Amino acid sequence: MRLIDSIGEWLDARLQLGTSIRETMEHPVPRETASWFYVFGSAAFIVFILQIVTGIMLALIYVPSAGEAWSSLQILNHNVSLGWYIRALHGWGSNFMVAIVLIHMVQVFLFGAYKYPRELTWIVGVFLLIVTLGMAFTGQVLRFDQDAYWGLGIGASIASRVPVLGPWIVNLMLGGPIIAGATLSRFFALHVFVIPGLLIAFVAVHLLMVLKLGINEWPMPGRVVRKATYIKEYHALTKTDGVPFVPGAIWKDMFFAAFILLSIAVCAAYFGPFGPSGPPDPTIIQTSPRPDFFFLWLYAVLSFLPPSMETPALLIGPVVAILGLLLLPFLFGEGEKSWRRRPIAVLTILLVAVALGTFTHLAQHTPWSPVMDAWSGEPIPHEFLDNRSALERQGALVFQVKQCHNCHSLGDQGGKRGPALDAVAVRLTQDQLIRQVIQGGGNMPAYGKNLSPAQTTALVAFLETLHPAGQSPARNASRALALEPGAASQPSSHQ
Amino acid sequence: MTLPGGFTRRDVLMKIGILFNGIIAAILAVPIVRYLLSPVARERKGGYESWIPLGDLDQFPSGQTRLATYRNPVANPTDGDTADIPCWVRNVDGQTYQVFAINCAHLGCPVRWFQQSSLFMCPCHGGVYYQDGSRASGPPERGLFEYHYRIENGKLLIDAGEMPTPGHPIASNIVTEIRPCV
Repeated sequence: MRLIDSIGEWLDARLQLGTSIRETMEHPVPRETASWFYVFGSAAFIVFILQIVTGIMLALIYVPSAGEAWSSLQILNHNVSLGWYIRALHGWGSNFMVAIVLIHMVQVFLFGAYKYPRELTWIVGVFLLIVTLGMAFTGQVLRFDQDAYWGLGIGASIASRVPVLGPWIVNLMLGGPIIAGATLSRFFALHVFVIPGLLIAFVAVHLLMVLKLGINEWPMPGRVVRKATYIKEYHALTKTDGVPFVPGAIWKDMFFAAFILLSIAVCAAYFGPFGPSGPPDPTIIQTSPRPDFFFLWLYAVLSFLPPSMETPALLIGPVVAILGLLLLPFLFGEGEKSWRRRPIAVLTILLVAVALGTFTHLAQHTPWSPVMDAWSGEPIPHEFLDNRSALERQGALVFQVKQCHNCHSLGDQGGKRGPALDAVAVRLTQDQLIRQVIQGGGNMPAYGKNLSPAQTTALVAFLETLHPAGQSPARNASRALALEPGAASQPSSHQ
Repeated sequence: MTLPGGFTRRDVLMKIGILFNGIIAAILAVPIVRYLLSPVARERKGGYESWIPLGDLDQFPSGQTRLATYRNPVANPTDGDTADIPCWVRNVDGQTYQVFAINCAHLGCPVRWFQQSSLFMCPCHGGVYYQDGSRASGPPERGLFEYHYRIENGKLLIDAGEMPTPGHPIASNIVTEIRPCV
């Protein structure tokens, strides 16, 4: 013990950090902030440390070369002992980090922590969110598989839409004319040097400001922030009702951080590493690229935007979102902090959460994509074929062979791009069916050039059988009248 | 020592020091920026495109659409498989051809050809194109990207080298399409 003390004294005589560290640890924080709601920032920091450590471990084996990255991931997964586990820790750590950063952001937003004098802390926090998402995206690229390859294609296609500079930005992003070796190398540099450097710098400034300005007090309805009086009130609060940060508040941070690390370790052990999926060989086109979890919502939005809206939304949307976040503390720097008195803030969070959740859920099922192998892989359920005439069964064959099944489902099998056809005969008359098949429309290709008249007749005959038992197919009431012998010669009494 | 204007000698020396560092930084910035911009600077010198053979004409039967691959003309030894680029070749009538980029005109995913329904379908967001590459349905704003082609000594050549994107469809120095000289 005495040895440790004397080493400590020796070091402190030279470093002279002991006093300031002690002051930092023991600085008083408002008693109510020693709360389980105030643990997310420190947890994000601990996960970041885990990412640094596992990232360095991975860099010992990983080869950032387009020709060899994928094989080096296979070596990590299969040939290096516990390489798979380090990859799993890094991958799950990434998911947890994004999630915790988002939860942290929601918490400080709802607690009004961005208000005076912590505007800059919030702004640096917004930058931290952006660089964290940057880490997630570039990390997904380093897992250099099919998803990474085509994900880069999506990124390039979006970047290319920037007016005038678009093609240059694409070349800069890819490091050349195509997605290739230079692309992976520059994403490696971004993921390993540039963005982590920014992240460390922003975290340092963020933490420094938390220490200098004090942690945001627990918001109380009616305790209004005013620039003239706030700092005095805050100091009075920490003086009268404060506890030293260590150990008064930090034990909850420690428990939560340990719980999060344990969760990552368990997820990594149970679910294993992410991918890699197929090798990044663009000539293998039998692939359905999907982004990682936290970009799925964007993937869904991109399929729902009308074509004319897409470029403006892609280019203006992020700018507006980031500007909104940056301007928030300046527009609402004073006033109520409590979420009980800020219904619009609560509704905004709910709206964003529901929207992101819905889009993410949709992107996991991709109802907008044709099921590429439904025509050959998913047969028509037998109940749609029983007791059908030869012509109708021929039509079912046309339905299958012409890949209608890729976009239209029958009995919940097949694509969801177009409407389910289980009861299409109730909705459309024979004429309407023929017109729809031949001319398309409503987001359906026209099949006029693709089907012979005999095939169309058979297909429509089959479609006309698709109605629930006991419900007759739709029919054009005027048709019988119009086709009635002599109908044309009758005086038009209806007009 | 105080100079006229209230400056001390040390003030002046420090300012000269800052200026000196600024000049050196500016000089060093030139090669660094030039290095960073090298993927863009290349474009000025006539672009990345060149004529690449896709194979003999008899690989592409009349009325059929077939997948072809080529090695990108601009490639490095470390590129591995990523420099092998696929494309769709449609032999319209034995005389005329169409060569489509693999990349969907929406966001660049690989489109697949379905011969039975004569459609190209994209697995990402459901873009669909007719056999002539024109847009059929889904989110794309335009038809498939089409390479310029020519026929030489019984081989099909395309003018390729850069991944087409919505903001930069097939770039080419050639203004009009070259008709086949069969």
